[in-house]
Amino acid sequence: MILLEPHSFDPYAHLSAFSRETGGAGAIASFIGVVRGDRKDVRALFLDHFPGVTERAIKGAAAEAEGRWPLLGLRIVHRVGETPVGEPVVLVTTAAAHRRAAFEACDFLMDYLKTDAPFWKKEISGEGEVWIEPRAKDYADRARWSK
Amino acid sequence: MARLLFFGALGDAMGRERALALPDGVATADALIAYLCASDPVFADAFRRTKVKLAVNESIVDPEAPIGDGDEIAFLPPFSGG
Repeated sequence: MILLEPHSFDPYAHLSAFSRETGGAGAIASFIGVVRGDRKDVRALFLDHFPGVTERAIKGAAAEAEGRWPLLGLRIVHRVGETPVGEPVVLVTTAAAHRRAAFEACDFLMDYLKTDAPFWKKEISGEGEVWIEPRAKDYADRARWSK
Repeated sequence: MARLLFFGALGDAMGRERALALPDGVATADALIAYLCASDPVFADAFRRTKVKLAVNESIVDPEAPIGDGDEIAFLPPFSGG
């Protein structure tokens, strides 16, 4: 399941639904990204996306993950619009028979979302709004998966 | 008319959507960028600050890709999610 979510979401409700749905999987890995509140007076992140195109691009990455690892399922929930500090902005969870495939596919999908999925991210603080581009580290993380 | 879409920082600068009658001689993505930079200082400034990819009818294209009336042309700054 791939979901672009315009409202607050409960990652734990998604995890329990996913774990029910993949009953029998030996391994479920998950990552929850939360809007960090440790800098300046950042209040929120705003996520822009390209409706239709963003969903299709993420589906492509999910299909690639399913080709590279023997997954029994995956779920990606990504916020769009404004997400306040402290709230989850992304959930990736993967299920497989064994842990390595689940961990690696989850890691791969997060690296993909950071640099290659059509999202644009703006930090909203008391000082104004700043569009954020990926850091060199994000591109290096993503490059680990090139074949 | 072509339909121009702007995302991220470009969307803030230009508005999300504009209709444009492509002038004579503007037949590629590259030529459109040159035309917009020359005719719109706001676009030129926003474009200078960031690397932009183009999507024509929802597919990312090379700068020399042909464009025409009726196309939807999207300007995409570097992606940044998660």
